[in-house]
Formats: sequence, structure tokens, C-alpha cells
Amino acid sequence: MVAFDQQQTMVAGSAAQQASTLFEQPLAAPSVHGVDSMISSQPPTLAGQPIPSFYDEMTGRDGLIRAHYQDYAQWLDTTPSERMARKRQEADALFHRSGITFAVYGDEAGAERLIPFDVIPRIIPLAEWQKLAAGLRQRVKALNTFLHDIYHEQAILKAGIVPARQVLGNAQYREEMRGVQVPNDIYAHIAGVDLVRADVGEFYVLEDNLRVPSGVSYMIENRKMMMRLFPDLFVRHRVAPLEHYPDLLLDTLRAVAPKHSPDATVVVLTPGRFNSAYFEHAFLAQQMGVELVEGQDLFVSNQHIFMRTTQGPQRVDVIYRRVDDDFLDPLAFRPDSILGVPGLLSAYRAGNVTLANAIGTGVADDKSIYPYVPDMIRFYLSEQPLLNNVPTYLLRKPADLTYTLDHLAELVVKEVHGAGGYGMLIGPAASKTEIDAFRERIKAVPEKYIAQPTLALSTCPTFVERGIAPRHIDLRPFVLSGDTIRFVAGGLTRVALKPGSLVVNSSQGGGTKDTWVLEG
Amino acid sequence: MLSRTADHIFWMARYMERAENLARLLDVNSRMLLMPQTPQEIEQQWLATLDTIGVLETYNQTHETVLPDQVAHYLALDRANPGSIFSCLRLARENAHAVRGTLTSELWETINATWLHLRGYPADVPEVGEQAAFFEWVKVRCHQFRGVGIATMMRDEANCFLRLGLFLERADNTARILDVKYSELATTPRHNEAGEYYQWSALLHSLSAFETYRRVYHDLITPARVAELLVLHVDMPRSLAYCTAEVAAHLESIANARSRETQRQAGELASSLRYGRIEDVLEQGLHAYLTRFIDKTNALAQRIAADFLLPTGPGISPENPKTASGLEATTAALLTAL
Repeated sequence: MVAFDQQQTMVAGSAAQQASTLFEQPLAAPSVHGVDSMISSQPPTLAGQPIPSFYDEMTGRDGLIRAHYQDYAQWLDTTPSERMARKRQEADALFHRSGITFAVYGDEAGAERLIPFDVIPRIIPLAEWQKLAAGLRQRVKALNTFLHDIYHEQAILKAGIVPARQVLGNAQYREEMRGVQVPNDIYAHIAGVDLVRADVGEFYVLEDNLRVPSGVSYMIENRKMMMRLFPDLFVRHRVAPLEHYPDLLLDTLRAVAPKHSPDATVVVLTPGRFNSAYFEHAFLAQQMGVELVEGQDLFVSNQHIFMRTTQGPQRVDVIYRRVDDDFLDPLAFRPDSILGVPGLLSAYRAGNVTLANAIGTGVADDKSIYPYVPDMIRFYLSEQPLLNNVPTYLLRKPADLTYTLDHLAELVVKEVHGAGGYGMLIGPAASKTEIDAFRERIKAVPEKYIAQPTLALSTCPTFVERGIAPRHIDLRPFVLSGDTIRFVAGGLTRVALKPGSLVVNSSQGGGTKDTWVLEG
Repeated sequence: MLSRTADHIFWMARYMERAENLARLLDVNSRMLLMPQTPQEIEQQWLATLDTIGVLETYNQTHETVLPDQVAHYLALDRANPGSIFSCLRLARENAHAVRGTLTSELWETINATWLHLRGYPADVPEVGEQAAFFEWVKVRCHQFRGVGIATMMRDEANCFLRLGLFLERADNTARILDVKYSELATTPRHNEAGEYYQWSALLHSLSAFETYRRVYHDLITPARVAELLVLHVDMPRSLAYCTAEVAAHLESIANARSRETQRQAGELASSLRYGRIEDVLEQGLHAYLTRFIDKTNALAQRIAADFLLPTGPGISPENPKTASGLEATTAALLTAL
């Protein structure tokens, strides 16, 4: 007898492509690595110990619990650690069952892991958040203006504020985008700005993620999980809601449809279920009530985008794409990409479809452009920057070079176009021989490098194997730009679970926490 | 809905149903092992099982003997066998994973939990006693899958493709199970009447049709009635008549501009069963009849794929031949990647 009919369409090819880590750009900037090695020799401080050695989110330098943590600290004091351990196990089981996992590359096919979830929330008082929010609004506005400018008039280059060579010669600058009109002149519709808090509690922007920032689904799932595990805490605290993020996202995407109409067809474009962030792609599509498509589901006809449906072709107006520029269109970019849509770029340039984010945003979150963001804010908005940049020395400038060479032991030096901590010097952790060797490399090609001081990242009490202990954290709020700027209060807090570590990447044992903005 | 989404849902349902029916087939086999039989008879029975699901050749490539435990393991838990229950549940879960946003979270979690449990199941050959428990577990999980689907899924297109996959697969599987057992039982001379009764009742049990048989016929178990119940009875949820009626009905509700001929063929097949007579079926020979039936359901599945799941559409636009070469390049890249 004939064999069973078999499905012809399951394609397992996508895994090989676009093997990005979950949160695409490594969170830990070299400065972070620097602090990591500086403090790794110190024993971890346990909660309750009066003087934290770093800025601690819960406990002040005076040993007193900060005002916005007092209710929680009281609750934590009276909660047996067995209950906390049980709750953590419960969270793991729930995350596993619902498949809130990320795919691991290079492991056995289809291996999936949980991102460790910490049950102690990171709390931000409302007044502090409002300041951050104003700063984020300002920064993202300036970055979008910058992107429009460099693909059109290039006023900032002509004014000599940002060197033209740094922009036009950047690998992330897309000549294809020159003169292309995008709706509302918005390029980075979704920005994930990484913030860290240092010594005296001041915030710094570590990185502006303007390509395809991820993590927002964990922000929402963490909140749902906390509400499920500790409903009593939400009775005691007025925590600003954030579960409506998908609504804001959909509003934003509809607002940038080619011809403004309330019934614009929006889709989420995913590289496929082997992508590490696939859960998030599916989650956002489902929450917005739109189709989750892969490149193979779309085609271009007469410079318009259609998706293949069971009832025939259907027009697509807005694509929230979670596929990198290089893979979007094999006719325009990498010809071997099976994740994209042949002809997409031409339909996009013709203004028949909106891509969110736009093509070519990577130039604005590049390390070599980062130092200029405060200048952009002054230039475009005539305002003083509200958020701090980490001071960055551009070694192509003679004064910066001289300073850096004199202070190598204190600084972190990294290659402008390097990534993932490759080819960099961590001054405080390096031996004299290493520093001397690196000095020669810098002298040979100074313009290849930038330098930054090491930052002492803040800590937050975290439930670890040995009980509650401080662990270093960061914060990624998500800023939406369409007709207006929208965001929910808070963001994704990532935590480095290893004692002393500042590496919060999920691939390296980092976890996440729920982030509470307390309304009074 | 997206064609690809429909395809994943359709196959998710097919693989779940296939897993269940494999468990049912293996279950009836292990029940029959309890009867006094010669080793030759036992071997013959398992050979027939392998043949009926079309994997005899593949099995022979990797195995030299046909021992019950071996075959049961091959069909149940062998991870290397793409047609095993293990693989079916894995494929069902992979398809579900690809469209998890279209499923209710309850349905997704049901499939995912099934897979997580199965993944931790020992890969060794289960003991005969353990086998029954395993098959029972598979059946319960598949019942749960269907129940959660019925209780939580919107009655929309996605649900239609789910039901379409389910009933198309069940029609095929019931036909296969009936075919292998019927030819064994109706043609081989048995040792005694009690043994024969036991064999027929095991077949009915495996298709959840034993009590139904009693209620419908109030009489002795005869091969012709067993065939009638499983082929033509429109109220028996695993019969060919019932399954094809469901297929035809769901096709009506998802009809599109090019599916008219598919609907017609499905309707024709359903009607032929609805109004068929068992005498006519047996006259042409049940085996020949079932073989033709399986061919027809396969043809129907291919038509459904072409009409809804893999529409060729204007994906390659004639005015842009570059697109075509782009697609070829894509295919080439894909093959390289694999």
C-alpha cells in the first residue's frame, strides 16, 4: 500500500540564516565588561548588609531602604525564602509550558531554553521615570530627524556637526534610501534604548537600538507572571500598566501606512520559527491581531506587496519586519537570502508599503555615531540633552588620543566597527604588557578606536541560589514613533545572574525582571 | 488566512490524528498478541501492519527480524523513523509552533505539553505491559487536543482547516486499519470461534466501535457488519462515511475561486459512502475498495494543497522575469542550506 501522505512544505532552512542572538546587539558594552572584571574579585554583598558597594536600587549608601522600595522590602522581609523558591519554580514551569523560550543556535535542532526570570521586581519611582521618559522622547525624536536628514538634505553634515565621512562611509548607511520619502519622516518606529545607572544614581544611555530591537514580549510576560505569582503585591502597589503595548504598537504602525487609512493591513515579518526571537514575533502578531508572515508568504506584483492567502492574494500596507536589512530583498541585498521578498525594496521605494523600522537605521545606532547624539539633540531640537551619553573618546581626534594613551589603565578601548567584545582592551583588567601591546595597535590606526570610562552599574536585589543578593542590571524601554511618540511606563530589566557579572545577555546566563513604575 | 498558516494547521491536525491512529493500530496488535498464535502468524500480522502504513520497505532496510517488540518500538518511539508516533507528535508540535499565534493558548499548551512529556519518555523498547499504557496516553492526549480545540477555537477558517486535516487523516487511517485487519481475519482460517470473536472485538475496540457495534446490531460480530459499520455508517465518528461527510462540509465553508472541482470530488466521495451498500462494496472486494478509497483521499488532499495551501498564484510575475530567477536562487540557497 502507498505510504502515508507527507507534508511537503515544512522547510528547515531558515535556521542557518540570520543567527542573531536574542537581544540582537550585545547589551554589555565594553565599559560593562570593564566593570565586570574590576569587581569580580569582590565578594557579593548580601541584602541587608548596610553599605552596598555599588548604587543599589533598593538600599541607599546610608544603608536605608529607598522610599519607593519600603513597602516591597517589608513584604520581602516577612516572606519566607521557601515561598520565593517555590514561586520561582512555578514561574519556570509556566514559562516552559507556554513555550516562552528562545531557540539556541548550534545546539541540537530545535533546542529551546528559558530565559531565567527573577521574582524580585525592579522598582522605579514615577518622578524618576518621567524624567527618563522626557529624555527618551527627546533622544528618539533627534535620532529620527537625523536619519531623515542624512538621507535627504544632510544639513548636519554640511554644518560640520557630524563628519560626513563617519556617516556616508558607514557600512550601515544605505545609499538606496537617498531621497526616499517615508511616512511622517519616521525611520525608527520602534527603538529599544539601553539605559544603565551608575555610581551616584545617574542614568546613561549605553546604546540606541534602532534596527530590530527585541525583548518587549518578555517585558509583558514578566508582568503577567508577577501578577499571577504575587497578586497581593499588586494590591499593595500602584504599578503602572504595560500590557497595552501591542495596542500602542498597532496604532503606531497604522499611523505610518502609505495612504493613511484605519483599515491598513499590517503584518509582522519573521525569519521563521527557528529564529531566537520567534516567540516574540508570534506574540506580537497575535496580540495585535495581525498575520505573522515569512518571506515566502509575500510576493511583489506591479510594485505592490501581497500575501498569499487561502482566498487569494491580499494587499499588505505595513510590514513590521523582524528581519535585518541584509536579508530583506535578495534582489537588492544579500542574493542568497531566503528570508526576504524579491522586489520588496522597489515596492518600498515607490512608497507602496511601509517598513518598520525603515531600511538604513543602523547608521544611527552605530558606535561611531553614538558620541554625536547629544550634538544632534542640540542641532535639531535646540534643546539640552536630558539623558547622559557615556563619555566617549574618538581616537581619530589628537586630544582624545593623547588622553586615552595616558589613561589606558582606566579606560575601555574598542574598535569602532567591532562587535561582541572582540578586539578591545579592558584597561582595569589588563596587564601592563597587554596595555603596552594595545598602545602600539592604537598608535598604528587611531581612527579605528574609541575609548570610554568604565561604569559601575547599579545593582538590584535578586533571588539567587544562595538567597537574595545584589546583581547588576540594565533597562531597555521601548519607544514607539508614528504620528506621535508613544510608550508604556518601564521597560525590560535585564539582570546579570552571575555574582559580580555585568553581562546580562540571555546567551550568557543573563535573566530578566519585571519593571515597576510606581504611581505614587 | 495565510496559505502557510492554513497548511501548518492542516498538518498539525493530520499528524495528531495519525499519532492517535498509530497508537490504536499498535494497541489492537498487542491485544491480539494475547491470543494463542504461532510465531509465523504473529510475524505475518506485524508484517501486514508495516505494509498497511507503507513502511515495510523502510523497516526492512534497518531491521532483519520482525519481532513484535521491535516493530512496536519502530512505530511508536523510534526517533529515527519519520513515521513513528514520536515523529508524528514532534511534527504536530512543530507545525503548531509555527502558527502558535493562530491557535488559542490552551490548544498550543496542550500540544506543547504533550511534546515535552514525550521528549522525556525513555527511548528504549517498552515492555508489553508498558506499551498499552503508552498507547493509552497517546490516545488521551489526542482526545485532549481535539477537545481543547472544540472548546476554545473560533469557528473560523483556521478551525475548518484543522477539522479538514483531522477527518481526511482519520478517513485514510480507518481505511488502513480496517484493510489490514479485515484481510487477516476474514481470509485466514482461525483456530476457533472464541479466538475469532476476540480478534474482531479487538479491532472494534481499537476504533472505539465495540459498544457501538452492539448497540447498532444487537447481534453477533460478523465481518460484513464490521465493514459496514466502519465504512458506511454515517453516525459512527470514525467511519469513512462520517469522515468524508465532514471533509465535504468543511470544504464548502472555505470554498474559494478555484476550489469548485475539489468540492465536487469531495461531495461525490461523501455521497458514494452516504448512499453506498455493503453488498456492493464486498462484491468488488473490500481490499480493492479500500485501496481505491485511500487513493481518492490522497488525491483530494493534493487538490486541497493546490487550491488553498500552496497556491502558486502570481508570485512570479510575468513582467518581472528577474523575480523568477530570484526564486530559483532562493531555492538553490535553500538546498545548500539543507
